[in-house]
Amino acid sequence: MVHDVRHVPNVPLLPGAVLLGSVPLCARARPTVVKTFWLLVRAGFRRHSTYRLALLAGMTTNSVFGFIRASILLAALASAGTSIGGYDAPTAIAFVWWGQALLGTVNLWGFAEVKDRVRTGDIAVDFLRPIDPQLAYLAGDLGRAGINLIGRGLPAILLGALLFDMAPPPSAVSWAAGAVSVLLAVVVAFAGNFVINLLAFWLVEIRGITLLWMITGGLLCGLYLPVPWFPDWLRTVAHWSPFPSMLQNPIDILAGRVVGTDIASAVAVQVFWALALLGLGQLVLRAGRRRLEVQGG
Amino acid sequence: MADVTLTERLRPYRVLLASRARAQMQYRTSFVTDILGTVGVGLAEFAEVWIIFHNVDILGGLDFTSAMLVFALSNLAFSLADMFVGHLDQLPRYIRAGQVDAFYVRPLPLLAQLMTSDLSLRRIGRLSVALVVLTVALTRADIDWSPATVALIVLTVVSGTAIFSALFTAAGGLQFFLVDGAEFTNAFTYGGSYAAQQSQQVFPDPLRIFWTFVVPTAFVAYIPAVAILDLPGDHLTPHWLAWCTPLAALLAWGIAGLCWRLGTRHYQGAGG
Amino acid sequence: MSIDSAIIETRDLVREFKKTRAVDRMTFSVAPGEAVGYIGANGAGKSTTIKMLTGILKPTAGHVRTCGLDPMRQRVEVARRVGVVFGQRSQLWWDLPLRDSFAILGAIHRLDDQATRARTDLLVEQLEMGPQLGTPVRSLSLGQRMRAEIAAALLHSPELLILDEPTIGLDVLSKQRLREFLVAERRERGTTLLLTTHDMGDIERLCDRVLVVDHGRLAFDGTLTGLAGTVGAQRVLVIDLAAPTADLDDVPGATLVESESDGLRQRLAFDAESTTVAAVLAHVSSRHEVRDLTIEEPDIEDVVRLIYAASSRT
Repeated sequence: MVHDVRHVPNVPLLPGAVLLGSVPLCARARPTVVKTFWLLVRAGFRRHSTYRLALLAGMTTNSVFGFIRASILLAALASAGTSIGGYDAPTAIAFVWWGQALLGTVNLWGFAEVKDRVRTGDIAVDFLRPIDPQLAYLAGDLGRAGINLIGRGLPAILLGALLFDMAPPPSAVSWAAGAVSVLLAVVVAFAGNFVINLLAFWLVEIRGITLLWMITGGLLCGLYLPVPWFPDWLRTVAHWSPFPSMLQNPIDILAGRVVGTDIASAVAVQVFWALALLGLGQLVLRAGRRRLEVQGG
Repeated sequence: MADVTLTERLRPYRVLLASRARAQMQYRTSFVTDILGTVGVGLAEFAEVWIIFHNVDILGGLDFTSAMLVFALSNLAFSLADMFVGHLDQLPRYIRAGQVDAFYVRPLPLLAQLMTSDLSLRRIGRLSVALVVLTVALTRADIDWSPATVALIVLTVVSGTAIFSALFTAAGGLQFFLVDGAEFTNAFTYGGSYAAQQSQQVFPDPLRIFWTFVVPTAFVAYIPAVAILDLPGDHLTPHWLAWCTPLAALLAWGIAGLCWRLGTRHYQGAGG
Repeated sequence: MSIDSAIIETRDLVREFKKTRAVDRMTFSVAPGEAVGYIGANGAGKSTTIKMLTGILKPTAGHVRTCGLDPMRQRVEVARRVGVVFGQRSQLWWDLPLRDSFAILGAIHRLDDQATRARTDLLVEQLEMGPQLGTPVRSLSLGQRMRAEIAAALLHSPELLILDEPTIGLDVLSKQRLREFLVAERRERGTTLLLTTHDMGDIERLCDRVLVVDHGRLAFDGTLTGLAGTVGAQRVLVIDLAAPTADLDDVPGATLVESESDGLRQRLAFDAESTTVAAVLAHVSSRHEVRDLTIEEPDIEDVVRLIYAASSRT
C-alpha cells in the first residue's frame, strides 16, 4: 500500500505567502474575493504545470500500478465467478483506472506546507492578508488538482479505456455528477489535511498523527480495493469516516456502479464532509490564531 | 597499511551505520512513532490480501495461506532492502546538499558511502509484521519440511533482499540523469514490490515475462513459494526455478551496476 | 622545483560544459608548503578547477596531477592526502555531537582510535573548540562550524588543504582566529594551502601567491603587491594635518588625489614600486605638522576588475 505513498510528486501545495502576496494589501484596488480566488487557482495551476517531467514520471507509476491492480481485481472476479460487491469486470476496470486518474488530483497523502509555516511562525503573515488563509490554500489546491487531472488523470483514463474493457460513465448525468463529485473529493481531502496540519499549533510533533491519517485514509478511501468489498464491520468504519468521500464516491459515480437517486446520496455525503471539515478548519484556524496572538507571534 | 583484514576494511562502514542508528534513536518518541507507523503500513498492506480473500477462496491458484506466504516473503525482502538502501532513490537530495561531492573527497567508494549514509531502522515495524505473517503462514501451511525446504526459505529471503537492493541501486544510478525522476523509478521499486506480493498467475503472460525476466521480482516470493508449498506450478514456474533466485539477483545487480556506472560517469562528466 | 614534487600541477586544463568553457587551458603548479589564493568572480571556474583537482569532475582535456596522482583514476589515494573544506556545505554529521564527527572521520581515514583521539585533541585545542565537542553540529554557530570543518579536514594530516570560501559570513573575530590558525598550521606542518575566497583580507594574511581566474582563464599568477602593481593600482596615504595646508602636490613619487576641509585632510596616491609610505610621510612631516594618517590599500575588487579589463583586452 505504501508503494503508492511516494507515488505522488513531492511538490508542495503552494507557497501560501507567495500567492497571498500577489493579493494587494492596499485599499486602492481591492479585488473581489471571487476574482482573488480565481487568480490564486490559476497561479496554483501554472506553478504545477512546470513539473512536466514529474507528470510524465507519474504517468509511468500510474500505469504500472494500474496494470497490477487491474490484474488482481480481474483475477478475483474470475475466481468468484460472479460480481463482487456490485462490481463486474468492466466496472472493476473502471474502478482501477479512475482511481489511478484521481490519485494525483485528490491530495490523499497530504501536504506539509501549512504545518511548516505554523512551525516557523510564517503563518502570521497569512493572517494579515485580506483573504482567509483556508480559502487561499484551498484555491491553490484546486489549481494543483486541475493540472493533475489533465496531466495525470487524462492519460490514465485513456490508457485504461484503450487497453481494457472499461465501463464508461453510463450517462451524461453520471459525467456531470462525477465532475461535481471529483471537485467535492478534492475539497474534502484538502479540508481534512488542513485540519491535521493546523494541529501543529498545539503539538510539537504531528508526525504520528499524519502517519495515522495517511495509513487509515489510504485503506478506507477505496484506493486499493473497493470499499464495498470490505467485511461489514470495516465497511461501517469506513462510512463513518470522510475517506470514502475522497475517492470511492466519485469513482462509484464515474464507473456507473452508483446510478439514479443513489448518486444524489453519494454526493450529499461528500457535501456533508466538505462542509463539516471546512467548518472545523475555520474553528481550528481561529483557535490557532488566538493561540499565536497569546504567545506573541 | 599492507595487510588490511576484512574487519578493518569494513570498520568505516560499521562506524557510519552505528552513527546513523544512534542519531535515529536519539528522540525516543519520534522513533517509536515511526516504528508504529511502519507497523501500520505493514498491517494495511496485509489488509489488502485479507480483504480479497474475504471475498474469494482462491486467487491466482493460491489459497489464503499460500497468499500469506507470498506476501510475507516479498514484504520481508523489501523491508530489509528498504531499511538498508531504501534511501538511494533520494539521490537528487544528496546532490543538492553537496553530499555527493563530500563523498568524493573521502577515501571510500561512492556507492558504499551512499549506502551507509542512512539506515531506516523504523522499517523494523513493517519487517516485524512480515515476520509474523511468515510464521503464521509456515505453520498453517501443509509443508513437507526438510533441510532443503529450510535452505530454500533462507536463500529466498537473502536473494530477495538482494534483488530489491539492486532495484534501489539502479534507481539511484538513474537519478543522476533524471530530474525529478524519482517517481519514475518508483514504478519499478515500489511497483516491483507490489507485483512481487501477488500470485504471478493473476498477470497476463507479457506482464509475467516482464516481472520474471526483466524486473525479476517474481523470484522474490511467488516462484519460491510454489516450490516450498509444493504447489502445481504452471509453464512459467517449474519448481527448480525457485533455486535460481540467486541468479536473478545476479542479473538484477548486473543491471544495477550498469545504471550506477552510467550515472556516476554522467555526474563526473566522463564519457562526454 | 621539479614537476614530480609539485603538490598541484595542471597543464592546459580544460573543462567544457555544453557550449561553454568553464576552465580554459589553465596551467599552473603549486609547490609543497605554498599558500595560494584563488580569486575570481562567481562562475569564473574556481569550483570547477577544484573539482578536477579532487577527482569529482573529469577534465575535457589537459593534464592534472594532485600530489603526483591522477585525481580521476586514483581518487581514493588523493583523498587520503588532501583535505577539503567546502564553505557553503558541511561535511560533518549535523545530528550528532561534534566529537562523533571526528570519530567517524577517523574511522573513514583508517586511523586507529588512539591516533584519532590524539589528532582530535590537538586540533580542538588549537582551534579552541573544547566546549563545543558535545554540541550537535546543527547547533553550532557559523564561526564554530567553520572551525570544526577545518579541523575535520585536517584530521588525517593531509599534505594539501583546499578551502572553498571558508570565511564567508564570518564575523571579524572569527575570521582572524581562523587565519591565525591556518598560518600556524602552515608554519608548523608545512601544509600546502589552496584558498578560494572573495575576502581580500584572507589573501593578504594567508597567501604569498595569488591566482586570478577570469572566465576560465588564468589572468594573473604572482604576488599580491605584484597584482596591484600590474594594473597600476595605487596605495593611498590619507594625511590629517594640524592646520589648513596648501595642496601637497610636490611630494616626489606621489600624486595628490584630493584635498578636504581646506587642506586639513589630503589624499596622496603613490606607487609602491617608486616610493614608500615612510618616504612620503617623511617629506610631508618635515614641512608640516601631521596629526594622523591612514593607508588605504587599492580596493582589491577594483584591482581584480582592472585585471579582468586588462585580460579581456588581450
